[in-house]
Amino acid sequence: MSTQFMVTLDGNEAAASAAHRTAEVIAIYPITPSSTMGELADEWSAHGRKNIWGTVPLVVEMQSEAGAAGAIHGALQAGALATTFTASQGLLLMIPNMYKIAGELTAFCMHVSARTLATHALSIFGDHSDVMACRQTGFAMLASGSVQEAHDFACIATAATLRARVPFLHFFDGFRTSHEVAKIALLNDDELRAMIDDDLVAAHRLRALSPDHPVLRGTAQNPDVFFQAREAINPFYSKVPDLVQETMDRFSALTGRGYRLFDYVGHPNAERVIILMGSGAETVHETVAWMLARDERVGVLKVRLYRPFPIDAFVAALPVDTRSIAVLDRTKEPGAIGEPLYLDVVTALRESCDDGKSHFLTEPRVIGGRYGLSSKEFTPAMVKAVYDELAKTQPKRHFTVGIVDDVSHTSIDFDPTLDIEPPEVVRAVFFGLGSDGTVGANKNSIKIIGEETENWGQGYFVYDSKKSGAITISHLRFGPRPIRSAYQIRRANFVACHQFNFLERYDVLEYAAPGAVFLLNSAYGPDDVWENLIRETQQAIIEKQLRFYVIDAYKVAKDTGMGRRINTVMQTCFFAVSGVLPHDEAIAHIKRTIRKTYEKKGDAIVQKNFAAVDQTLAHLFEVTVPTDVTSTRTMPPIVSAQAPDFVQKVTALMLANKGDLLPVSAFPVDGTWQLGTAKWEKRNIALEIPVWDASICIQCNKCALNCPHSAIRAKVYAPDNLSDAPPTFKAMDYKGAEFKGAKYTIQVAPEDCTGCQLCTMVCPAKDKANPKHKAIDMQPQAPLREHEAANFSFFLGLPEVDRSTLHVDVKTSQFLEPLFEYSLACAGCGETPYIKLMTQLFGDRAVVANATGCSSIYGGNLPTTPYTTNRDGRGPAWSNSLFEDNAEFGLGIRLAIDKNLEQARELLLHLAPKLGEAVAANILKAPQETEADITAQRRRIGFLREKLGNLSSLEVRRLSQLAEYLVRKSVWIVGGDGWAYDIGFGGLDHVMAVGRNVNILVLDTEVYSNTGGQQSKATPLGAAAKFASAGKSTPKKDLGMIAMSYGNVYVARIALGAKDLQATRAFLEADSYPGTSIILAYSPCIAHGYDLAYGAEQQKLAVSSGYWPVYRFDPRRIANGMSPLQLDSAAPKTSVSDFARNETRFRMVEQLDAQRFRALMKAEQQEVQSRFAIYEQLAKLVVPKPQVTEES
Amino acid sequence: MDLSTTYLGLRLPHPLMPGASPLVDDLDQVRRLEDAGAAAIVMHSLFEEQITLDQLGTIHSMEIHEGASAEALSYFPDPSDYRLGPDQYLEQLRRIKDAVAVPIVASLNGTTPEGWLAFARLLENAGADALELNVYHVASSPDENAVQVEERLLEVLRTVRRHVRIPLALKLSPFYSALANLAQRLDAEGIDGLVLFNRFYQPEIDIEALEVKPYLHLSDSSELLLRLRWLAILSGRVRASLAVTGGVHSAIDVIKAVMAGANAVQMVSALLQHGPEELQKVRTAVEYWMEQHEYESLAQMQGSMNLQRCPDPTAFERANYMRVLQSWRG
Repeated sequence: MSTQFMVTLDGNEAAASAAHRTAEVIAIYPITPSSTMGELADEWSAHGRKNIWGTVPLVVEMQSEAGAAGAIHGALQAGALATTFTASQGLLLMIPNMYKIAGELTAFCMHVSARTLATHALSIFGDHSDVMACRQTGFAMLASGSVQEAHDFACIATAATLRARVPFLHFFDGFRTSHEVAKIALLNDDELRAMIDDDLVAAHRLRALSPDHPVLRGTAQNPDVFFQAREAINPFYSKVPDLVQETMDRFSALTGRGYRLFDYVGHPNAERVIILMGSGAETVHETVAWMLARDERVGVLKVRLYRPFPIDAFVAALPVDTRSIAVLDRTKEPGAIGEPLYLDVVTALRESCDDGKSHFLTEPRVIGGRYGLSSKEFTPAMVKAVYDELAKTQPKRHFTVGIVDDVSHTSIDFDPTLDIEPPEVVRAVFFGLGSDGTVGANKNSIKIIGEETENWGQGYFVYDSKKSGAITISHLRFGPRPIRSAYQIRRANFVACHQFNFLERYDVLEYAAPGAVFLLNSAYGPDDVWENLIRETQQAIIEKQLRFYVIDAYKVAKDTGMGRRINTVMQTCFFAVSGVLPHDEAIAHIKRTIRKTYEKKGDAIVQKNFAAVDQTLAHLFEVTVPTDVTSTRTMPPIVSAQAPDFVQKVTALMLANKGDLLPVSAFPVDGTWQLGTAKWEKRNIALEIPVWDASICIQCNKCALNCPHSAIRAKVYAPDNLSDAPPTFKAMDYKGAEFKGAKYTIQVAPEDCTGCQLCTMVCPAKDKANPKHKAIDMQPQAPLREHEAANFSFFLGLPEVDRSTLHVDVKTSQFLEPLFEYSLACAGCGETPYIKLMTQLFGDRAVVANATGCSSIYGGNLPTTPYTTNRDGRGPAWSNSLFEDNAEFGLGIRLAIDKNLEQARELLLHLAPKLGEAVAANILKAPQETEADITAQRRRIGFLREKLGNLSSLEVRRLSQLAEYLVRKSVWIVGGDGWAYDIGFGGLDHVMAVGRNVNILVLDTEVYSNTGGQQSKATPLGAAAKFASAGKSTPKKDLGMIAMSYGNVYVARIALGAKDLQATRAFLEADSYPGTSIILAYSPCIAHGYDLAYGAEQQKLAVSSGYWPVYRFDPRRIANGMSPLQLDSAAPKTSVSDFARNETRFRMVEQLDAQRFRALMKAEQQEVQSRFAIYEQLAKLVVPKPQVTEES
Repeated sequence: MDLSTTYLGLRLPHPLMPGASPLVDDLDQVRRLEDAGAAAIVMHSLFEEQITLDQLGTIHSMEIHEGASAEALSYFPDPSDYRLGPDQYLEQLRRIKDAVAVPIVASLNGTTPEGWLAFARLLENAGADALELNVYHVASSPDENAVQVEERLLEVLRTVRRHVRIPLALKLSPFYSALANLAQRLDAEGIDGLVLFNRFYQPEIDIEALEVKPYLHLSDSSELLLRLRWLAILSGRVRASLAVTGGVHSAIDVIKAVMAGANAVQMVSALLQHGPEELQKVRTAVEYWMEQHEYESLAQMQGSMNLQRCPDPTAFERANYMRVLQSWRG
């Protein structure tokens, strides 16, 4: 056995490390939580890291998981050792190829970080619903339960598939294992080489398709032979279990880490046994050890090889005394007798019994339970509850654990206070802000402790779904023995709160064990912090007898040039007060890590970090804790008392991080949620907010137009509304002719603003005497908060503009109420202003089909949604189907609306004699072009409903149901470039070809933003992205040109920050166009790497350089003898590199290789000029007018 | 015709060379400059401030969103390969050294004493034949007096001089109150050359947008006059060799500069406008003029019109309007 090389890494890296070194071809597509595996594989190959045969694996990013599976299938058929990484919906897209790969007996191992499948809702978190959907494909399935196992089983499965010729799906729990950082023994190349039999590799290669020894595969077979041929495969499956066990034994001999097909842990004469697979088995293992120490006869059977299911090995692994078994499934199969593992266990036991092979003293009773869906916590308390259930004379046959099911009463009770963690384990919990570097620092600390000491370490990180102001909770454990606790810490010895205001929003000290250390980042010092705490915090500190430390981390960070990155400061504090390592040793390790991380980035950053470390200790103070609670302030309510009942009872708990406590009855049964909930979460994340100076405002409304969060708004209203205005409410006379005599106000929503500064950056109104002062300036939020909140509340109460009289243009569009507000998008997001504008223009009659991605996350990730309704209760109806099918989903919505409209019209005609011919005709012939038309039509429908109320028949009832469709609906198909250019392109293309009246809005960030910056076909030439780390060498796909090629599709390319007038017109034209419209909207993104306050400035450079030419292609123009293409951009007048150098995505290419950067920029400049020349010529084309014939 | 000259202790076949400019970014241009007969090549400046800002800015934009989202632990490819230090500049310096045989003068603009020193050493180690210290400083702080400004300059020179062996030039701005005295003190600290003068970006006011924008226009020959005066004043009074930069566009400009005392003549705008080959044309024209005027060598005219040797030294020392006034009186 060789010496163990210990490293600290997460489950994804652990699996990918073995996979990359044993593969030749890797095809991937990013999907959470597996993306990291593909990214690492690409990164390692880009760095020239070789596999065990001394060659660098070839990594390709495909357009979808279906594409990746197809490419893998081909690579395997052509004799390569191939692998892929995926999860969830991605795995589903691979299923067709999985059948093929298995049917052709192909040696192949894929690695899956198991994730929930989207049902009533999407979830990025972990359970087994995806892998369970593959159990019928013919793949062998091997389950890992820990980071070490994810590494080891990746190797074992790869070795075993070569022996068995049956492909393997190796899986581990998404997030719980894929994202857990742990100390593991890393397999070296020699060990991997010893595991992979080169003769079997050669045999795999011999089966390759080759013209030098050609064969035919993938035939079509008929009823005469298909069945028999399908059965010919059976002997291969029969051999798999033995081959896997042999492979495990070989692995054990090499490494000392032994595994069985079913690993039993527990009392040799256990009566109660839990059977499960995945990370939950580790928690059960830990609980069993605790219960054994308390003389309980319990055990756990960890399922490793789930398919093919070896009955004999399974039964043999169970103690003969077993009397009752609980099978736990981390998936749900509605309508089935039980979940899959349960059914397999029951069947296995029955068959074993029938065949006389059962060795049990009495045949055990089997019950089945569901646990841990979507990474729901699975704790020792829950495990104990299951064992307790098994001890009952009549346990629940089918149960759930971990939730309160007060509807179907499936759940079993558990004691949430049960804590079995051994005292020698140091447990630390850190509350951080997404942007403050807490997670990175903690990963660093685990590495330091794991790799520099004998201790074992574990880190798990909980993120919320917000893209701005996100909170992270880090759970770190350190101890002398390997850590099996696959659940979050509940009782910590150390609690750090990196943001003072978290104490007023979350029960931070709930995590603190009695006598724990509490470290708080506070602008208040040791002498005045106490009086600034709320009562709940003071009480917890006193009652739990916490040792309380404060540090003004922001001050130290600022003074040492670290800006708002407090990671280094807080990490130093952790080591200083937690005592996990001797102080000087810890500081030396921190500094070594800093040097290692940043030395290539230059000395300045290293020195600033060093300075931060050095200055920290001088600013860290222990607080003398008073004996009494003195504060008069208590934790403010999570939502306002004005919030609706559901928001008070459900949403507020979710916002307070207590969603786990909500019972089943609290939830909608079908995933349907009410709109308008984002407004109840007052996040107060902006340090500075815009302040309006009416005296210099020119009333252009650009601030409101560009605000990504609808947090600064414009209103025009009659002066008499001001009579009860709050004292600081500002108003001025409206300057335009259209609302003569009206008042005008720009108002900020102080508690919803993210402080992105876009409004002040786009504000063109400067004080002539002091031009640094604009009509919109940023000022500290805290002193403004209270009265501006009152002002905003008053502002919202002011009457909305009358849509029916409004001439809509770029300026007046901002008087329309946004029906998308306070989204959780990144501060300065370039996408959301487009969505907001769409809801202002058409939201009261829009249905939105939203592709999965950033826009579905900030649009529909609970607890709240930014989509909202107007005073009439109308607003955008929104749904997300999948990532890949959004265009088709939207088309389906259109088809339904069209059919409903058609039926309504038919019924109206049919009922016209009863309703009055004029009533029907007026409705049927009414124009619906303008807001006035729409208002008039709504009035007519209201009148129609009144009339229908006086009648009764089947037709009348049907028309009553369908009458709303007589008002024109606007269908919006919204998604990012990953969807439109890549995974959804086939569907998008088809929808454009169908030509129905749908509006497609492509929010083009030129990269997969939501999954972390992987290149898409929208990524421009010259930009670095994941999978294009040296800079993309091919040009961006011209989706607009493809759309134009249909001839009957309205196409617009827009950039709101550069050409807002053109962008607004494009939206209006797209909606009015009676066929398919597509808008390609340039969207600045954090993945571009610059301060998004400059988003509009960058858009201007993008347009002026020709990087992003704006145009509108309107087929209606042909009828007027014009070219359908109208180029709204002037010829490029600045260079692309002037634009590109402002963004890290381009600049990093220059930093990697300046020559290459120049060459790519030259190519991009050429590309820009050629493209512009083509557009210019197209814009001059004269297209023959459509022929007017007698028939037409 | 013997056009040879000595600048920074380097024996050069003639005084013409490209001044600090973006021309050196492209190796093809560098080769064209050599083909055009450049006596030496001055690289554009390595800006310490730029490097520091790049480091901090890039790290910030990459790290600020790291570890914040469950779906995206980062948004950029692994940054470990991306170099944010002076590597690019050093790499380009090495490439240029490999590509051409003429002496290469690196240029450095530091902001901190550590920066000046560290980067100067790196440039020396990367193979620079000489180093031009580009001291860019707008004395905008009312708390800093002229003595302090000059002392800072001297300190930079002392620091670099102590640790760097290659010849050092100092590129000066004309905005010192006692330039002749300063030049003498720099001379005493061991400067090998003075480059007159730096052309700064000037703030331009956009009266519509009410914005100030940095602006740099290409020079023309009119800018040479200021330089001629100071060349003439310093020529013969300092041990350091003198270079002129800013306003040299023609052979006549070159001849005037040499007569005023220049040992080296740097050209930028003319080369940017007409291409590296312009250098060859100017050199040929200089030779032609000298032949026409029966000069034997460049040395013969070097400093011939400086303050010490020109027929009317007061012309260099007096301000223009005084002369006009006198001529009116006369």
